[in-house]
Amino acid sequence: MDDLLTEFIAETREMLGALGGAIVAWEGAPGDRARLDEIFRFVHTVKGNSGFFDLPRITALSHAAEDALAAVRSGARQADHNLVSAVLAAIDRLGELVQAIETGDSVASADDEALIEALSRAEPAPPPELEAASSVVAAPRVAARSIRLPVDLLDRMMSGVSDLVLARNALARRLRDGGADAEVAACFERVSGSIADLRDAITRTRMQRIDNLFAALPRMVRDIGTETGKKVALEVDGGDVELDREMIEMIRDPLTHIVRNAIDHGIEGADERRRAGKPDQGRLHVCARQTGNQILIEVADDGRGLDGGRLVEKALAAGLLDEARAARLTPQQRNALIFEPGLSTAREVTNLSGRGVGMDVVRANVERIGGVVEVDSREGEGVTFTLRVPLTLTIIPALTVRACGQAFAIPRSAIEEIVRVNGGAVRIEPLGRAAVATVRDRRMPLVDFPGLIGLPAATDADGRMLVVLKPAGGGLYALAVDAVQDHEELVVKPAAPAVMAAGLYAGTTLADDGQPVLLLDPPGIAARAGISLARKETVVEDATAPERTATPFLLFRTVGGAKRMVEAGAAQRIEDLRADAVRATAGRLRVAIGDAILPLEGCAEAPPEERFRALRLTDGAGEIAYAVREVIDMVAFAGEAIPAPAPGEVRGVALVAGEQVEILDLHWLFGRHAAPAAGDRRPICLLAADDPFAATILRPLVETAGYEVRFEGDGADVAIVSEDAAPPPAARILRLTSAAGVASEGSIDRYDRAALLAALAEARKRA
Amino acid sequence: MSLVLVLTLAGQRVALRADEMESVVEIEAVAPVPGAAPHVAGLAALRSRVLTVIDARASLGLGPAEAVRDAVVAIVDGHPYALLVDAVEDVVEGGDVRPLAASAGPGWSRVARGCVEAEGDLMLLLDLPALVAGPQAEAA
Repeated sequence: MDDLLTEFIAETREMLGALGGAIVAWEGAPGDRARLDEIFRFVHTVKGNSGFFDLPRITALSHAAEDALAAVRSGARQADHNLVSAVLAAIDRLGELVQAIETGDSVASADDEALIEALSRAEPAPPPELEAASSVVAAPRVAARSIRLPVDLLDRMMSGVSDLVLARNALARRLRDGGADAEVAACFERVSGSIADLRDAITRTRMQRIDNLFAALPRMVRDIGTETGKKVALEVDGGDVELDREMIEMIRDPLTHIVRNAIDHGIEGADERRRAGKPDQGRLHVCARQTGNQILIEVADDGRGLDGGRLVEKALAAGLLDEARAARLTPQQRNALIFEPGLSTAREVTNLSGRGVGMDVVRANVERIGGVVEVDSREGEGVTFTLRVPLTLTIIPALTVRACGQAFAIPRSAIEEIVRVNGGAVRIEPLGRAAVATVRDRRMPLVDFPGLIGLPAATDADGRMLVVLKPAGGGLYALAVDAVQDHEELVVKPAAPAVMAAGLYAGTTLADDGQPVLLLDPPGIAARAGISLARKETVVEDATAPERTATPFLLFRTVGGAKRMVEAGAAQRIEDLRADAVRATAGRLRVAIGDAILPLEGCAEAPPEERFRALRLTDGAGEIAYAVREVIDMVAFAGEAIPAPAPGEVRGVALVAGEQVEILDLHWLFGRHAAPAAGDRRPICLLAADDPFAATILRPLVETAGYEVRFEGDGADVAIVSEDAAPPPAARILRLTSAAGVASEGSIDRYDRAALLAALAEARKRA
Repeated sequence: MSLVLVLTLAGQRVALRADEMESVVEIEAVAPVPGAAPHVAGLAALRSRVLTVIDARASLGLGPAEAVRDAVVAIVDGHPYALLVDAVEDVVEGGDVRPLAASAGPGWSRVARGCVEAEGDLMLLLDLPALVAGPQAEAA
């Protein structure tokens, strides 16, 4: 195909992508001259360009659309719904035709006529006001700041730089072994550094703004709204978030499906909305943001919410649950049933959704790319779906393990913890041909990896390692391997179909020593080992032993060199800062980040280096910057911490991977910077000292609610005790259930956060 | 008339279309892929690429090849493969492709596109995607 034609196709497609939003906006406000001009320019440009290439169908269609729009511009026609639909249909057809040129397919020409007919079917407009129409429309020409590159060129660059990294690693080994002199080593360091920069830059070239994905939403929402007869206002935020272009393609379908579902099932018809006291027009909010190395995409509607009861009924009918288990489900667990295969809540099957292939496919697709999808529903107020996906598919942090004398990689996002079989914390019991591992208090199926792939293990049973895996959204299981090797950042490539057919692998990669390594697929292994049902088992187990839920922590080294960690949820991002942005003002160190001035913690004076890194911590309202020397890792920590003797920056010490790590006291840190209101006495809340749930899980919640927590003494404003305990001396007693999901009269479900916070707020008012 | 690559496979001289091939290499180390079909010999690294190594003999249903190191590198559906063969001879001018007069026999007929005359000999022209897909693909 000649270059000019390729250029024409690419340009047309680009303009089409940018135009979707404009058309919908124009329909909403037909008087909007700027939008109309934008659309007119598009068809005008396409008409002009197509003339060069002898593409009669494209010319005819764009000509007809141009005529119709010109009539609107001159005031001879109104931009009514029919006209907008006709223009949309014509533009869609143009897109199909352009696509067809590229792929060499053919598009049936029969209905071109109908489209042109629809465009010219003019309702006579009110007498046109005489007005000088602007005669020349020229697209503004701006000097190009970007160039268009074929994607495979980027891929070649990426693979070239991967080559370079491998060569560097090989050279590094030689230098280490050969004891190179200092000059060569320094030289190598420089080369090594620029290779790392190059790799970063090339990785960035593969990033795209998520706008590319969101640009299609206005049009889609309009179309689905028209089909279902619902009015929906769409709000989109965070379009400037960037992620790997492959990743964008991978989340396109799941996102589309969730949006369809939200409009089709979530948002009610206008009548129902009016009855519920809501505005006629439904609201759909789609937003993206980056947290750490994940992208979070939320789709929130303001519809009727999920019908948890109905989901349970359906699950019972489908045999996914038994009565006893159904009764124990928390509201969240009920809602999560929407992701089970075959459970669509739609009462009537529409042509959009409701065929029972839906959210389970969404979940499967998201999990395949190492992501998670969650649902949160408030009855009558709406549903929020949250997608969490990694930034890129191509470079993933992974753990390499050995089994059967061979190396395998496991995506680190799926790993909960790693334990040694003979380490004392593990008990393994055979159950027929299967086995169950109990790691501390958690019981989980054990998959013997060498056995699964039919090879003899290289190590005896006692010396082996268990990797506890939690495939995104799925149940926990332990994978027995011979040894754990290393943490590595791996460049992952898709594996050939013949390799994928084994059902155990997610891709292939090259280790630092240049050897090919298979990346294991945790959900695939679970399915192959026949533990796919574990998902439901652990849902229940989670509920009965929730104290052990691991919290993600960010592990870092302080400016002073100490190893510390902080709840990852509080760390919004890691900032690269300049030391000269730090000033001691108003008695405190503060640092300017963009437009904001944040208190700087973690160092007593501005760091000596020219640049330094800081964690940006938030408590939801305020922000603090915390200077660090380096961020080491994310860890999931479920154990207990030894509390610090006195309140301060560190609230305790914990054992992480055999090392002592201090845990930051966020409450103390933010407390230092929150301006204390005059005479404000914090009410006192008494908790049971011997209950680990109260001490580790409840305490932060209670403190966030504005209470001071004590474990003994009189004069407390409120006390929180389990439902069977003797009442301690306090002005007010709140009782919690001993397990989640079995709320009884007079007590609050221990995981009903909202009810708990409401009760605390109530008690605080009276204190 | 087109160029064909002549090679020996399971004791026979056969041909592959040269324009489908990328290069001929000697495979050093193959990392096995446990759980994959028998004709998947494993993975091998070639510069920064991971090749899926296909045992052509096993793909014919003739059992695994022994001590074979010569391989033909080719891209099929975007994935790089190395096809293990007994020996690679040369790239030569091949005649027109003719349909097979008789069945080439079990295993062979699945991967044969036809026959072609090269260097005065008549030999089978093999279908690369069929070799890569392996014997199960047809049953499925």
